[in-house]
Amino acid sequence: MLMNGGQALIKSLEMEGVEVIFGLPGGAILPVYDPIIDSPIRHILVRHEQGAGHMAEGYAHATGRPGVAMVTSGPAATNIVTPLCDAYMDSVPMVVITGQVATAAIGTDAFQECDTVGITRSVTKHNELVTEAADIPRVIREAFHIATTGRPGPVLVDIPKDIVDPMNPRSAMEWYWPETVDLPGYQPVTHGDPAAIRAAADLILESRRPVFYVGGGVLKARAAEALHELVGLTRIHVVTTLMARGAFPDSHPLALGMPGMHGTYTAITSMQEADLLVALGSRFDDRVTGKLDGFAPDAKIIHVDIDPAELGKVRRPDVGIVGDCRLVIEELAAVLRERGGLEAQPDRSEWKSRISGWQERFPLTYEPSEPGEALKPQYVLEQLRDSASTPSDTIVVSGVGQHQMWTSQYWGFDHPYTWVNSGGLGTMGFSVPAAIGAKVGKPDRTVWAVDGDGCFQMTAQELVTAAAERIPVKVAILNNAYLGMVRQWQEMFYEERYSEVYLSPDLPDYKMWAEAMGCVGMRVESPEEVPAAIEKANSINDRPVVIDFRTDAREKVFPMVPAGATNSQVVVAESQQGLPR
Amino acid sequence: MSEPRHHTLTVLVQNKAGVLARVAGLFARRGYNIESLAVAPTDDESLSRITIVVDVESAPLDQIVKQLFKLINVVSISELDPRRSVERELLLATVKAEGEVRARVLELVQIFEAKILNVGHTAITVSLEGSPVKVDDFEELLRPYGIVELQRTGRVALPKLDRTL
Repeated sequence: MLMNGGQALIKSLEMEGVEVIFGLPGGAILPVYDPIIDSPIRHILVRHEQGAGHMAEGYAHATGRPGVAMVTSGPAATNIVTPLCDAYMDSVPMVVITGQVATAAIGTDAFQECDTVGITRSVTKHNELVTEAADIPRVIREAFHIATTGRPGPVLVDIPKDIVDPMNPRSAMEWYWPETVDLPGYQPVTHGDPAAIRAAADLILESRRPVFYVGGGVLKARAAEALHELVGLTRIHVVTTLMARGAFPDSHPLALGMPGMHGTYTAITSMQEADLLVALGSRFDDRVTGKLDGFAPDAKIIHVDIDPAELGKVRRPDVGIVGDCRLVIEELAAVLRERGGLEAQPDRSEWKSRISGWQERFPLTYEPSEPGEALKPQYVLEQLRDSASTPSDTIVVSGVGQHQMWTSQYWGFDHPYTWVNSGGLGTMGFSVPAAIGAKVGKPDRTVWAVDGDGCFQMTAQELVTAAAERIPVKVAILNNAYLGMVRQWQEMFYEERYSEVYLSPDLPDYKMWAEAMGCVGMRVESPEEVPAAIEKANSINDRPVVIDFRTDAREKVFPMVPAGATNSQVVVAESQQGLPR
Repeated sequence: MSEPRHHTLTVLVQNKAGVLARVAGLFARRGYNIESLAVAPTDDESLSRITIVVDVESAPLDQIVKQLFKLINVVSISELDPRRSVERELLLATVKAEGEVRARVLELVQIFEAKILNVGHTAITVSLEGSPVKVDDFEELLRPYGIVELQRTGRVALPKLDRTL
């Protein structure tokens, strides 16, 4: 069948099962927007290209399917660089299609031209400039294959205008769909090496103080169930990193919560005192390890990752296993079962009692606000979490900063894929668009964006998109009128010299702004108002809702491992500071 | 002078636009300088071989090799141990050769089995193909006569053949 490149591009996306594109048209991509009218694929028109990228990420986080964004050339391509980098750091499967000036104009500094593949080379798993219409189906097929297999990540396809423009003879092509992908340099290893898995089992069976150090790779590999089984088989405690919240239920007796700079005291300390860390799809990020040469000094390391470059990148493993987390966990569980299952595990009662001692002495805590004072952000989160009107499988999406840490600490994640955030890149402004993407992917689920006032101002315009497209996300702004995390560092490490962190609680007026964008806007200033506002927000399902919660700017996130300190030097909440460690 | 830390990597890549930039970018973002680089298609024209000489310690090199292998267009990669590989490099040099000096330069050319490519009144252009060490020696011995221009290709290398039965 004879087609033009633009039709072939949309048809290729249909062949890949794409149900939604987040995008914004412009000059170079114009011809591709024409066949969208005739396609069953839904297109969501964003207000800024960064929004399209984060929506595609949110969609991918919530569904596990690749998110797709399509934008034009030049400034649109540069606007989507941040989401690409975000997706690259957090291993989010995403395919981004950018328009490009016509092949003959490339390199002439044409209008809205930029070197998109050059600019995005180091923030994509792969990218490709397509120069012939006939290559489009093959390149799209490869892009989805690369984005979704191995360690997932973003792939960018740059499409010059002439090969998709029906007015141009260069766009003519005979339609085909490649049945297979031929990439000789790309063959991800999925099954673990059996000898290494046996060696890992040996270490586990010898260990008196083991911890499962679970990272985002477990979620990417859809391995939450397998992990649950492995934990049942070993009764070993679990920490879930910021990228893995929900991979193991926080309500489970063996769950220790989040490790790292703002992790729970018990998660941090158990890793620090462990004799064995079983790293499953985690990458020894600096925010987890603290000062590296003081991190988990007595621990042997088993490191499982699908990306061979992660093994030994930061900490040399005693046993390194390259493979898909789900398959390796299942293979490891099978070996442990053969070796006698739970009965074969050594006596770890002393370790367990040390852990429960830490849990009793150092739970997450904060001082409730006095009457008449501003709301405590933790209180708002507890109310949101515990409200009878908030379903237990609510998807929570955050921006970056204090509110993100409090949400991760206080939410209590019991289901995988209910926590969406920007971990590696730490992209402020992530939450509103990512929440929209998550809601598009999971329309039957309640989606709450918990945002800071600083973050909200970066991407709030996408609520116009949400209102126009009837995507009823809910946004809780923890409005402390500051760039709160920076304020916290200035308070603690810069002698309370507050430099350029004040934002004002009233400027903008968040309630009016929300209403101007077609959302329901509310403002909440006192604790008594909180439950009713949440209930009202949860009852609205025909448009987005924004609640401006006025929170206490003095509140800081604890525990905290100061930058440059080892995890043994974790600073706990004031009320716990005299307690024996 | 400190112990040389040169490593030679031979990287088989798909012969496509932009692949060299991807490979070079991995070194650049870490601040490692590529000492020499040679790229050409192999007998299979869909593939190119890149030979990279880089001055870097072993631990970061191991990470770079793994990162290189993550590039979709990289088909295979190996580090060549100089003791177990054959290495060659080509040098072109224009060297001053006036009067009685000319005879001494020509003598060097003869000793090294180099070739004379071009002859002028005051200088000659010579070429030498050989092991990197031999090429280094030749360059060093030519230098006192006055090198006007010099161009080296960077080394190319292949593993030595296994002779065990």
